[in-house]
Parts: sequence; structure tokens; C-alpha cells
Amino acid sequence: MGDLTRMSAADLADALGRGEVSSADITQAHLDRIAAVDGDVHAFLHVNAEGALAVARESDARRSAGESRSALDGVPIAVKDVMATRGIPTTCGSRILEGWVPPYDATVVARLRAAGLPILGKTNMDEFAMGSSTEHSAWGPSHNPWDLERIPGGSGGGSSAAVAAYEAPLAIGTDTGGSIRQPAAVTGTIGVKPTYGGVSRYGVIALASSLDQPGPCARSVLDAALLHEVIGGHDPLDSTSIDLPVPPLVEAARSGDLSGVRVGVVTELGGEGYQEGVRARFDESVELMVKAGADVVEVSCPHFRYGLGAYYLILPSEASSNLAKFDAMRYGLRVLPDGVDAPSAEQVMTATRAAGFGDEVKRRIILGTYALSSGYYDAYYGQAQKVRTLISRDFAAAFEQVDVLVSPTAPTTAFKIGEKLDDPLAMYLNDIATIPANLAGVPGISIPNGLAAEDGLPTGLQILAPATADDRLYRVGAAAEALLNASWGGPLLAQAPELVGGRA
Amino acid sequence: MPTDAHGHDPAITRDEVAHLAHLARIDLTEAELDHLAPQLAEILDSIASIREVAADDIPPTSHSVPLTNVFRADEVRPGLSAADALAGAPECEQQRFRVPRILGEEA
Repeated sequence: MGDLTRMSAADLADALGRGEVSSADITQAHLDRIAAVDGDVHAFLHVNAEGALAVARESDARRSAGESRSALDGVPIAVKDVMATRGIPTTCGSRILEGWVPPYDATVVARLRAAGLPILGKTNMDEFAMGSSTEHSAWGPSHNPWDLERIPGGSGGGSSAAVAAYEAPLAIGTDTGGSIRQPAAVTGTIGVKPTYGGVSRYGVIALASSLDQPGPCARSVLDAALLHEVIGGHDPLDSTSIDLPVPPLVEAARSGDLSGVRVGVVTELGGEGYQEGVRARFDESVELMVKAGADVVEVSCPHFRYGLGAYYLILPSEASSNLAKFDAMRYGLRVLPDGVDAPSAEQVMTATRAAGFGDEVKRRIILGTYALSSGYYDAYYGQAQKVRTLISRDFAAAFEQVDVLVSPTAPTTAFKIGEKLDDPLAMYLNDIATIPANLAGVPGISIPNGLAAEDGLPTGLQILAPATADDRLYRVGAAAEALLNASWGGPLLAQAPELVGGRA
Repeated sequence: MPTDAHGHDPAITRDEVAHLAHLARIDLTEAELDHLAPQLAEILDSIASIREVAADDIPPTSHSVPLTNVFRADEVRPGLSAADALAGAPECEQQRFRVPRILGEEA
């Protein structure tokens, strides 16, 4: 058996099934890799070494007895720090939750544990998932394995970097406006945002409840499908969970096919504002799909251009409400105001939130408080909700003509750390192509589709499908992945520079 | 809603940001106020276009998946123990959260 950290989750699962390798060895190999390179990458906020190895040994005992709890029993995974993990620290990238150890598991985490996946640790993220770079993490940014001076995307940049740096074969992300797909695009990995309600939000620290959706991060479309089937499906603990069976995603990924598939290129998600190399790789991917028998047409979704504006009203509004729970009373940070004798609860709360929240969180809470204020509610939040209707109608009309929609995932490749940190508007533009799917609740995948000629960095192809048709993402995504891998003679990630490690 | 002579919102002022920060229970420093007010004005300006698109006859969408109330059987299930619930508390006493005073000094 070669380097266990380079193998796909599917291959690891097969090797475990045949008894050729133990979960303890696989888990240790990934912990060793984390120890070697995470000083440079900083994908992890917490490494759960002992816990992961204990679960791995239990999995090995099961496999020895001829049992397994799931297809992925014994395959280790990294979990974004937005997920409550019983007994494992959870900070959501924020000082206000420093040292918090949740007393319960998110449903996604409970399902991972029930399926026998060792949890390697918790991955870095922008504070409360607000950002596109991980630079808004209170614990410092993660670094893109393709170029350590650059961002790995965000908010789930820890998960994308962990997978891209071979620190974990799989990871969990959450996607509110692109936080799974955009990090996948800029790191040359796969990320899927399922249909809203397809994967439970219970135990996910809420950013914008009507948009948040957990999903898989992986290095192949098949691996993402295997993980999606483990975490997906109805959960009575999430009242917005869809009470329908999960479509056969693994089967779809194994039977990738483009012949006769009607593919729509979204006019509004390309052209001006998109980096030249991103456009070139996208055009090539479309040609590749045509050659494989897809029926490609251009589709206009005229209201998508208002998506960013609607999103940056809806998200801060919901976030300002959700984050009101950090009040310094029941859990998390408590800071007493300076120079006040016997401070009131309100004074303590105000001082705690000032000390515990970072710049971007403050910015969005204030923006949301403004948008929800009396006198502005109809003009901002109300209008944004109407735009949401118009965007959903654009999707409905488009999906009458085509089976899937495609676009570049992100308008640019990975930018340099620090480049956009104090320019919120420039940062928000990173999500311009991913946001419409969140507003309408439809599923989307990003797969690597090449390197931009001007900087040699990965670009992503986004595929969108109608709500509850997540299987189409995997069928079309796997077909496109196979064509692209064939054109490169292997996965794109094989072209990433070797990490030397050592900056512990 | 308040508008200026041209029918536009006046840019969000530093005083308004200070008021919003108070409503949101965040104690902003003077430097933060100086920094945030122009940034918020710029953000609001960039998203103002959405106010022109949607006509009165467009229904709002609060949620992408149509929802009805979700019910479950009212059965007793195990919950968190008091020790678990209090484990992350900044302060606790007699199996309860201990909080700062919630009434005014005079009360």
C-alpha cells in the first residue's frame, strides 16, 4: 500500500473492506501529515488525535468481526468548526466561543460518528462563516496549498485546504453563499452545496438560517457522493429538513454521463468581472461537454445580477438576529466592562460582544440591524425578499429549458492574503456566482477545471441543478471530471507543488 | 422613510452607526466608528439597486423551500443534564446560570 494520505476515500474504503489496511493506520497517517504540514497550511483549529484513533480502533474491531456501519466506516474526516461536536472544542472561528466544548453533537456529526468515521479535528473558517478567505478567523488565516501566500477560499477554507493538502480525504463544510464551492474552486478540490434542507442544520451554528446548508468537501466527485449519502436525509430536529429519501448519489457518480444532457450556460455569470484565465478554462470545459454529447445552450437569468445585493441584506439581517444569542450569560466569553462597579447584564453583554466579535462580524451585525430597523425594513429586507422570488423564478424558467446550469464557480483564482481584507465590497464579489443557488435553495457543485494561464492557479466549474435533483450534480460532475482528468493525465491536484512542511 | 431632496437615502452617518451599535449591544470604539460608518455607507450604496427591481405585485420569499408547520408527537425524550447545560457557563451557582444584575441601581 502506497501513501495512505494520497488515496481517495473510495479506495480507502475498499482497502478497509478487503482487510488490506487498518483504520488506525489510515488515521495515524493523516495525523502525521497534519503534524508535518499544518504549521504551514493552518487548516486545523483543533486536532482530535486521541479521539480519532480510538474511533479508528473500534472501526477496525468491527471490520475484523466482519461488520461495518457504512461504506465509509473507518475513513477519517475533518469537520468545519461551525459544527457542534460533543467533547471537542468548537469556536466557529470566534473569540466569543474560545474554549467552548459543546454538550451535544450536530446531526451531521452524529451521523459521521454512527457511520464510524474518525474525526481528525476541526477546521478553520471565517468567524461565524462570514467571509471568502478565512482571513476573518480570530485564529489567523489558512493558507492555500497551491501557494501558501494565498487564501484557500472561505468561509470553509480550512476544510478545502485540509483536503487539498492531503491532511484529510474528506471534510465537512457549510455553504451560505458559496462557502463550500468557492474554497473548492480556488484549491482544486470538489465541494457540494446540497439542496437547502437536504442535509440537517441541527447543531450548525447558524449564520443565515434560510440560506445555510452543510455539505461534502472531497478530492473526487465519487468521494463527495459517498459522504453526502452518509450525512444527508431527513432529520426531525431540523424543521426545514426535507422529508424525502436522498436520491441515489453514489450510483449517479459512478454512472457519470453527459450524452443528451441539456446544459445551460448562464449569461449573467461570466464575462466582465471574471478573470481571463477563469473565462478561458470555463469555455474549454463547455467545449469538452459539447464533445461528450451534451446539448449546450445559453440561458439568461436576468435577476441574478441583483443576487449579491439581496444576499447582503438577507444575510446580515438573519445573522444579526442569530448572533443575538451570544449574550455572555449561558456559554462563551464573558467580559466585564472597565471601570464599572457592579455592571448590569446589558453592560456586560455590550462589553463582551465588543471584545469577542471581529471586524466583519460587527460590520454585518450593524448592517443587519440597520436593514431590519423600523422605516427601512420594507425598503431593504422586504425588497431583498422580492428579489429572492425573482431569482427563484429565473431558475424555474431556466430549468424548463435545461437539465443543469453551468458557470465559473468564482470570478477569480485565489488572491493574496491581505489583498482584500479591508475592502468588504471586493471581498463580497467573490461569491457573485455562487449566491443565486443559496437564495433559491437549489444544489450546486464545484469541480476543478484547470489552471488559469496568467497565475497557474486552479479554477472551478460550477454545475447547478433543480431542488432535490442533487443526483444530477453527481452524474454530470463525474462525467466532466473524467473528461478533464483524462485531458490532464490525472487529477488537477497532482500538479500542486509539494508541501515541504516544517513551519510547526 | 427618510430621503434627501433627490429622493435618495442620506448616507448612513457616524451617529446612526453608534445608535445601531447600541441596539445591537456592541460597544464600538471611536476608531471603529470612524472606520465603519463610511464602509457601511459604501456597502448600502452598492446594494441600493435592488430597490428598483421588484414591483409591488411580487410576493416576498422568506425561504426557498415552501414550508408548512412541522409537528411531532409530544413524547418525553432525554435532554441535557443540568451539569451538561451548565458546563459552558461563565458562572454558575446552585445548578443555575449566575448572571450580572438585570435591574437598574435604583430598582
